[in-house]
Amino acid sequence: MEDASTNRDPLLEMFLFETSQFLEELEEILLLSEKNNEIGIENINEIFRMMHTIKGSAAMMMFNNIAAVAHEVEDLFYFIRENQTLAANYSIIYDIVLKTVDFIREQIENIQNGKEMKDEGELLAELKKTIMVMKKNSSHSPDQKYAAKILFEEGAGMENIRAFNIVHNLKEYCEEISFRPEDIIENSNASEEIIKNGFEIYFSSHMDKEALTQVFEQALYVKSYELAADKAYLTAAQKDKMIDKEYKGKEDIKEKNKQSLISVNISKLNKLMDFVGEIVIAQSMVIKNPDLEGLSLPNFNKTTRQLRKLTDELQDIVMSIRMVPIASTFHKMERLVRDMSKKLGKSVELIILGEETEVDKNIIDHISDPLMHLIRNAVDHGIEMSAEREQKGKEQMGRIILEAQNTGGDVLIRISDDGKGLDAEKILNKARKSGLINKAERDLSQKEIYSFILLPGFSTNQEVTEFSGRGVGMDVVKKNIDEIGGNISIESVQGKGTTMSIKIPLTLAIVGGMGISVGNSTYTIPTIAIKEAFKADEKDVIIDPEGYEMIMIRGKCYTVLRLHEHFSVDTEVIKISQGIILLVESGDKSICLFADCILGEQQVVVKALPIYLSKYTIRDRGIGGCVILGDGSISLMIDVMTLIMTNE
Amino acid sequence: MAHFENNITEQEDAQKDRYLTFALDSDFFGIEIKYVTEIIGIQPITIVPDVPKYIKGIINLRGKIIVVIDMRTKFHKNQIPYNDRTCIIVVTINDVEAGLIVDQVSEVVSIPEEDIVLPPNEKLGEKNKYIKGMGKTGQHIKLIIDGERLLEEN
Repeated sequence: MEDASTNRDPLLEMFLFETSQFLEELEEILLLSEKNNEIGIENINEIFRMMHTIKGSAAMMMFNNIAAVAHEVEDLFYFIRENQTLAANYSIIYDIVLKTVDFIREQIENIQNGKEMKDEGELLAELKKTIMVMKKNSSHSPDQKYAAKILFEEGAGMENIRAFNIVHNLKEYCEEISFRPEDIIENSNASEEIIKNGFEIYFSSHMDKEALTQVFEQALYVKSYELAADKAYLTAAQKDKMIDKEYKGKEDIKEKNKQSLISVNISKLNKLMDFVGEIVIAQSMVIKNPDLEGLSLPNFNKTTRQLRKLTDELQDIVMSIRMVPIASTFHKMERLVRDMSKKLGKSVELIILGEETEVDKNIIDHISDPLMHLIRNAVDHGIEMSAEREQKGKEQMGRIILEAQNTGGDVLIRISDDGKGLDAEKILNKARKSGLINKAERDLSQKEIYSFILLPGFSTNQEVTEFSGRGVGMDVVKKNIDEIGGNISIESVQGKGTTMSIKIPLTLAIVGGMGISVGNSTYTIPTIAIKEAFKADEKDVIIDPEGYEMIMIRGKCYTVLRLHEHFSVDTEVIKISQGIILLVESGDKSICLFADCILGEQQVVVKALPIYLSKYTIRDRGIGGCVILGDGSISLMIDVMTLIMTNE
Repeated sequence: MAHFENNITEQEDAQKDRYLTFALDSDFFGIEIKYVTEIIGIQPITIVPDVPKYIKGIINLRGKIIVVIDMRTKFHKNQIPYNDRTCIIVVTINDVEAGLIVDQVSEVVSIPEEDIVLPPNEKLGEKNKYIKGMGKTGQHIKLIIDGERLLEEN
């Protein structure tokens, strides 16, 4: 696959890239328009232009089926543009154009995978039919082209302004006004020209001739005018010319952008990333080399500092290259919600928040499928039918909120629906039947009960629908998220709705980490989470009746979590005064961690835990992943957020 | 392409009926050679919390992080300290990689299918569920491990 994409003809590569971008934009415009129930003139022009480009480049690349359907859509939008005063039935347009987008996208994928192209005949016929239907519907008031020539009275003065006035008045009833001379306002000679040759106006209108003559009658100082229906409907040549003119303007802007943007194969970026990771590890190995221990090396230390600064910058840049806004992934969901709600006959709106949040490209690729699944579930099982919603006193329109938020080292993605929520009793029953419960039922927290649905083969839905409910799914979602070192949690109120929160790391790559030791184990805490580290005395620690330890720092009270107890590690450092206390923070919550000692800070490459371990509760214990240290040994990465949540 | 496919069948043929044998306590075990990736000496192991006792922890295998399982604990035998003969057999079973800690690796042997007998039914209890047969070869009986079950469940 990698070879195929690097060896591809650059022209083809460009075509594939551009076309898929156009398709994405197109889809976005269509969905937005459908939501607002109107297509603005700019959007019509935009779609028209995009289809024109796709048609052109597809024809050039000899993909005739794509060119053919693009041509039909172009025609369709040409027609819409010419007749937009009509209240056209846009909903058929959305369907058919989205279908075309899918078709072209499928072809693009086929090209990429070297598969056979599909035949366009069926879609083409459908498109043609749509145009026919629309033409028929609008035939009762076709737009008529008119040409008018106006002569002003001699000595009227300011002929150009008067001419402009007429044009202005006409605008209310007409479209596509053009006139000669063109620059009546700017050009001071325009008046003379108008006096000499008269003022010519070309326009189209759905009004009849009599109504239009009114406009001319009302204008002042008009000596005479001729108004005639223009028989020459814009010829094809004119139409193409018009597009080219419009297109040229856009191209200019594009040209400017092109100079500062290049598209890079993602596999090259991955390689670059890997190498930078290796460099960082190698650097730590050199700087922390045991051979150097105990030596006084002022010059060496100076140069290593310099080196570290440079590699830090290098990392930052490489990271920033790979960061992309999550918007495109989110917008894919809009389409999903639209299609599903149509098919299921539910009315659902999707609200997207925080789409500008940037996440590593790798991670984006990984969360697209899980997100799709969760949204699908929300629409299919979460949101009720309108009638049922009304009965319950909810708004008819179901609402799903898809939200991304950057919380320091992690990105939080939340999918909330205002549907019927999860049925804890039903889940518990099923879990009991499947023998999944391994502790006393009354000890199960609400959260633990909901998390049963993340286990393999668990589905409370009896019916299998087209979209979900096959019993595979939620476990796959969990697996995908585990793979990138993420976390999923479920909150739900029956009858009110469900919220799924996915926490994913900002990047899979390199973070600054503080090494700490507890007994024989070493752990790494993201430096970003550490607020301060200090030595404390026994007398600083307050013990509550249940035996929990707390500490006061500047008038605030924090829970003390002994890491050796939490991870069940043997250590000799038991007394508070012997070890060290680290105040860590995640979001707006903080906790104090008690460890043996601090080993020092270094740049570390975070790796996910082996998949084999994902069936155990390590993650819930607060281990987010692992880190390979400079000497090749492994340290466990502490996930501060989980640690705080489980110890509140 | 044809050549490539040929290679695979040849490779499969070469691996058929071949087992890597190793010792645990006084017993000998065999595991199908197709699962085995490599054999390494004992390594520093990082322990992880909240796992069954037989999962010793994780090791760094040239940048890849894999789980190591102590086979003595897994098969309910008493533990002994690791020594320089202790080995980790790295296996890949259904795309899951893991290291199996064993007392000592002996050899690769061929055991034809007809020389493998099923364990008696009444012995197929909790402890023996990872054994899929008894291989008769040399002086010892080799207990053939069911690789897929070994890593499948807890």
